[in-house]
Amino acid sequence: MIDYAWIIALLPFVAFVLILFWGKRTPGKGADIGIAFTSLALILAVVCLIQYAATGDTSHASVDWLTVGPLHLEFGQNVDGLAVTMFFVVCLVSLCSQVYSLGYMKGDRRFTIYYAWLSLFTASMLNLVIADNLFQLLIGWELVGICSYLLIGHWWEEKENSDAAIKAFITTKTGDVPFLFGIFVLTVAAGTASIPGITAKVAAGDVSTSLLTISALLLFGGAIGKSAQFPLQVWLPDAMAGPTPVSALIHAATMVAAGVYLVARLYAVYAPSGHALAFVGTIGSITMLMAALMALVQDDIKRVLAYSTISQLAYMISSLGLGPRGYTPALFLLFAHAFFKALLFYGAGSVIHAVHTNDMSEMGGLRKHMPVTFVTFGIGTLALMGIPPFAGFFSKDAVIATAFDTGHYAIWVVALLTAFVTALYMTRAVFLTFLGEYRGSAHPHESPAVMTGPMILLAIPSALAGFMIALFADWVHLSGVAREGFSVVLASESVAVALLGFGAGWLLYHGGRGLERDPMLSMGTFTTLLRRKFYMDDLYDKGVVKPIQYSVAAAVNGFDRRVIDGAVNGVGSGTEFLGKVLRYVQTGNVQRYAVFLFVGVAVLAVVITRI
Amino acid sequence: MIRLMFPLVFAGILFSAGVYGVLARRNAVLVLMSIELMLNAVNINLVAFSRYLHDALANGQVFALFVITVAAAEVGIGLAIVIILYRNRETIDVDKVNLLKW
Amino acid sequence: MTAQEWMFGIVALIGSLGALRVVTSSNVMHAALYLVVTLASVGAAYILLAAEFLAWVQILIYVGAIVVLLLFALMLTKAPIGRDTLDNQQRGLAAVVAIGILLGLTILLQGPFGGKRIPEGVTRASDIGSSLFHSYVIPFEVVSVLLLAALVGAVVLSRKEEAPE
Repeated sequence: MIDYAWIIALLPFVAFVLILFWGKRTPGKGADIGIAFTSLALILAVVCLIQYAATGDTSHASVDWLTVGPLHLEFGQNVDGLAVTMFFVVCLVSLCSQVYSLGYMKGDRRFTIYYAWLSLFTASMLNLVIADNLFQLLIGWELVGICSYLLIGHWWEEKENSDAAIKAFITTKTGDVPFLFGIFVLTVAAGTASIPGITAKVAAGDVSTSLLTISALLLFGGAIGKSAQFPLQVWLPDAMAGPTPVSALIHAATMVAAGVYLVARLYAVYAPSGHALAFVGTIGSITMLMAALMALVQDDIKRVLAYSTISQLAYMISSLGLGPRGYTPALFLLFAHAFFKALLFYGAGSVIHAVHTNDMSEMGGLRKHMPVTFVTFGIGTLALMGIPPFAGFFSKDAVIATAFDTGHYAIWVVALLTAFVTALYMTRAVFLTFLGEYRGSAHPHESPAVMTGPMILLAIPSALAGFMIALFADWVHLSGVAREGFSVVLASESVAVALLGFGAGWLLYHGGRGLERDPMLSMGTFTTLLRRKFYMDDLYDKGVVKPIQYSVAAAVNGFDRRVIDGAVNGVGSGTEFLGKVLRYVQTGNVQRYAVFLFVGVAVLAVVITRI
Repeated sequence: MIRLMFPLVFAGILFSAGVYGVLARRNAVLVLMSIELMLNAVNINLVAFSRYLHDALANGQVFALFVITVAAAEVGIGLAIVIILYRNRETIDVDKVNLLKW
Repeated sequence: MTAQEWMFGIVALIGSLGALRVVTSSNVMHAALYLVVTLASVGAAYILLAAEFLAWVQILIYVGAIVVLLLFALMLTKAPIGRDTLDNQQRGLAAVVAIGILLGLTILLQGPFGGKRIPEGVTRASDIGSSLFHSYVIPFEVVSVLLLAALVGAVVLSRKEEAPE
């Protein structure tokens, strides 16, 4: 099956085309096609996983697609342990989101095209994962960006939704420019765009370290954009304007993980270059603490989770920046995070669906009204905080431990601090949402089975995936890296920190405290700094957006309207003018026409006989 | 033994007279007459060339015969149209029939 | 110039003058009668070109039927009389075009056919008959259908609308 793994990537694309053309006519209005194909893809992904686990088979094949001069564009599959696990994650979370959307998006005005975009997204992400060369990866990369834009702006009638979609697209695009240049540099330096080829070339020492550093840094630009790291993290919180299943799938589990995946795939390029690793680690550290702090002061439950996602992604990035020993922990965190973050988002969506608001100050006491949601959300929270025996403990704490072991003490300290803040904000969120008394005016009730089903399903890996760590390390590891044992001492340090954070949260919020005067929101200047997102949005707006809008954009717009549209309209009005002038030929007098006829015939006769 | 140019020039004169009539006359019936002149010119040409080329099957003359026949049919229909035109507009002045004017 | 050429010249002259008067006459009835002259001279020309059958067909149909038809039409439509009512404003242009065509034709034809002569020989009616009914029988039938169509068409076109009962 692994040899035919490309079928997994193809199936959702077929679903996309089918839904596009016939979605409205099916009884499920397109959802049945999407869910059927994704289920099939999931089954095949599981088969691949089992096959890989049993035999360690990998597959690498490609077909020549286009050859222009020295440039060979290929389409191929590069299936190894990392790819196989990613297939499973993407297909599972995509399927869960599609099932969840049956309940969440019921009756939506654009139900069918929503499922079409979801299928296209799944296909693009799978294509990105399976890609055997940089250009194919780029295709998947850009396609997921477009799907993200389309899905964030699903309810584009409200301006802030379409604004958020544009912001997401442009911000990730800003990261995509260095990414593209990175691809060019790397392809030229290694002489090939094929990823296994590049890895081999680098291992053979055929590429100079400076070129590797340059391409690593440029490629990382794309990761910064896509994975919402500093300084391009500004789009992810706003992207919460999209439907919650979209937030779960795209902005928690898969697309934003693409940046991490990119660095992991091309780790051969990063590993030899100390500067690149240092840069990666630095960006990760800055982002993780920044985002965690910003999550403390959010009112919107989805934004808390958004900042949490940025922070967790930063953990993964920092882990990759630690060097080859950080490879497996980073990817295990990616694996586990997909499950529990999607679960948390589904819980948030369930809550929002019940009380019709995102604002936590209007929630409270939902534990009684929505028990299933409460329990699953709780499991997700515990996983996120890194409490044993849930998945987060084995993954996040492995990252923190590796940071200490590899001597990156600065990153270790920042990671510990962030773990404290993480526990604090999640505790705050849980208290404000589920505990205490209900403060709102809707009638909350538990969500239907199509929504609670995926939540329960994802709670299982959130709880238990941690125990797979040994198995996972067998599947996803860099050759030549020794596998470390699990250091209980270091792990207990991070658990202690998490418990401290939980304790702080409990102190501040239990029993209905902190409702009139939320401690987090009353820290004066610090709160303002956090709520204004460290003024980064203002900086971008005044420093980048407005100058471009008023100069280049205005000029281009003027050119487009006056010159290009003018030319096109000019053709039309010119024709009209010509018509107005020429109509005077129609005198209505037949004999006049006959004159022209005879003169014409005479001229023709002379011309033809003379020539 | 007639020189070929004689019938050809005769046909030419008839033809150009017909052309002038078609273009310059106002009365629709006169226009039809001019068309008849042109058809006759064509017929003379056909017959002259048929004789000049030793035509065994007399193709030219047969064709001229057909032209005459068709001309007869055409005049019949043309005059029917002129009559209707007269009935509808009380005039057969072609200058006045210019509803397709811009 | 042989005798035949003299004859042909005279016939042609009469015909040409008649044609010119057809198109320049200010009285429609005169124009119709000049047309008779022209058509008859064309028939004479056919005889001089040894196409006898065609000559009689010409007289029979053109002079006998078509001109009569034209006269009917003229009478039914009360054609006015007078130079200005009969010629329109593009007289000058039309004259130019007509003379241009004449000169053009003459010059063009002079080249290849300048000194050629029409040979002796007569085309008998039987020749035409056999050609018509052997080689051209299908066009013959088609033309008869055409005449039928023209006949029916003319009747239909000129029928007065029946008043409602």
